[in-house]
Amino acid sequence: MSSNQVIQALYDDDDVLLSAVKSIREEKHHIEEVYTPFPVHGLDKALGLEETRISIMAFIYGCIGFAVAILMMNYIMIEDWPQNIGGKPSFSYIENMPAFVPIMFELTVFFAAHLMVITFYLRSKLWPFKAAENPNPLTTDDKFLVEIELHNNEKELKALLKKTGAIDITLIEKTGRS
Amino acid sequence: MYTFTNKLRNLSIILMVIGFLGLTYGFLTAPNTVEQANAMVADGHGDGHGGDHGAGTHDNHPVVDKADAHADDKHHNETAAHEDHHQGGHGEAHDKDAHGEDHHGEHLLHQLQNKPWAALYVAAFFFMMIALGTLAFYAVNRAAQAGWSPALFRVMEGITAYLLPGALIVFVILALSGMHFNHLFIWMDPEVVAHDKLIQGKVGFLNVPGFLIRALIYIGGWATYRYFSRKFSLAQDQADDISNHKKNFRISAGFLVFFIVTESMMSWDWIMSIDPHWFSTLFGWYVFASMFVSGITTIALITIYLKSKGYLEKVNDSHIHDLGKFMFGISIFWTYLWFSQFMLIWYSNIPEEVTYFITRIEDYNIPFFGMLIMNFIFPLLILMNSDYKRVNYIIVMTGIVVILGHYVDVFNMIMPSAVGDQWFIGIAEVGGFLFFLGLFIFVVFKEISKAPLHAVGDPFMGESERFHY
Repeated sequence: MSSNQVIQALYDDDDVLLSAVKSIREEKHHIEEVYTPFPVHGLDKALGLEETRISIMAFIYGCIGFAVAILMMNYIMIEDWPQNIGGKPSFSYIENMPAFVPIMFELTVFFAAHLMVITFYLRSKLWPFKAAENPNPLTTDDKFLVEIELHNNEKELKALLKKTGAIDITLIEKTGRS
Repeated sequence: MYTFTNKLRNLSIILMVIGFLGLTYGFLTAPNTVEQANAMVADGHGDGHGGDHGAGTHDNHPVVDKADAHADDKHHNETAAHEDHHQGGHGEAHDKDAHGEDHHGEHLLHQLQNKPWAALYVAAFFFMMIALGTLAFYAVNRAAQAGWSPALFRVMEGITAYLLPGALIVFVILALSGMHFNHLFIWMDPEVVAHDKLIQGKVGFLNVPGFLIRALIYIGGWATYRYFSRKFSLAQDQADDISNHKKNFRISAGFLVFFIVTESMMSWDWIMSIDPHWFSTLFGWYVFASMFVSGITTIALITIYLKSKGYLEKVNDSHIHDLGKFMFGISIFWTYLWFSQFMLIWYSNIPEEVTYFITRIEDYNIPFFGMLIMNFIFPLLILMNSDYKRVNYIIVMTGIVVILGHYVDVFNMIMPSAVGDQWFIGIAEVGGFLFFLGLFIFVVFKEISKAPLHAVGDPFMGESERFHY
């Protein structure tokens, strides 16, 4: 039974924001989302967010890149078109392996980096031509915004937010989006 | 204040005594005559050590056909393998002057006589290198005005106390080589130089007086920096202003310039010249990476030890985490340099250069590839996980493997040219390691006990205490 009303509090300092988030959560209010112009150190812990699993994915992607590099070089240099380069005939992968190490390394990094970025975008529901969800353009400049769901507790919440140092508090009726 | 416990002192003395006995045994059992040397190797073959490779590499007369049989599985290395037999080690001089009957035996005698010296030298150099790497790490932190590390400065200063005694021991060994007590450095032998055009061309740099004077300059510079930075660091604890800190910053920046030049030249002099025909332009960096990672690992091990005894209460697991990151990162850096050196030489396959790796792969297969596992694969897989870098026992376990791995690295740099295929990690080698380990523990913990472990005066101490990842 969530209402469509949310309250948005604006802060102008990341330290104030961090302590505000802590006291809001102590009062057992549910924070929907926090919008910040830059990553705030320790905010994920203060919000109680689950730890990211992207590092595990990075390792898996790296392993995929490593395997792709081995298979690719084996096909290109050994199976499909073996050549004699510098007196080192390409008849065996393992004997020519040192020459392929830079490629194995680069593809590991390439796969890990690119797939990680793509995973991050998909997971954050960001894709090309997507309309911005950002409720207030100031959060792309120098302000921080905390969005809290309302459950007929407007007065209490407003007082709390004032006390935590919010510079501006607005009530928003959300339509359409859940 | 830390007190050097009797238990630890006794341990270090016991290690020194055992190590000394091991080294003495090594020196006493070294052969004096060609006959003894031949007899020893005949026994050694019975033990299954040495084996066919030894015959292929060192019977110099029927060299061509044996080398062919030897290299048939890797025909692309054939030319290089031949060159190996002509150029490798100090076999050459004895080949060319061809007077005596038993070249092989004489060659063998030299190798076996070198063996205890090389065991002593590898261990002496390795522990000196740990102190030097730590000094470089300390200077980097000082010059960068790092905020996280002041809580560890006293540990680092303790470790670098070993630098002067350790380097002087190395110097004594080098001086004894210069006086022909051993044949570690064949270019010191005028008999060899007389028959060797390549070494003759290098006499301007590779001559005993110049070699020893350079060594004194390196050691003097390092020890002077270490003396003053320690002095300023202790003075800063009592001072009201930060002038000592600023002085330390300045001399650290200056030292780093001096260090990277002298470290590089030191590695040419003390290691690369053991193999005077071979050269690698990134050797200095490679040795540096090895000493840097050994030094950082030692800092982590000693920090964890002191913390387990209840000292260093300001050091939290974020500091350990950062040391773990450095261990991880510099291990990969080491591998990068090792591979860069290996791949270029392997690819270009120039006989003069490639002999270096052929002797190592053929005669030192297990330490050569084992070192890669210990120094690269193992720390890579274990320390990759962020949480593991905060777990003390994982850092200790990985640290011990990395330290041993870099001992093997130094072993691989020195042994092949000094003793050829007659290597063995036996009583003399283990003895050398234990002796210098004992000395290292004794000197380092004595120095740590001399000053408060907490550098209260450091202007970045507050930041270091609050440091969290």
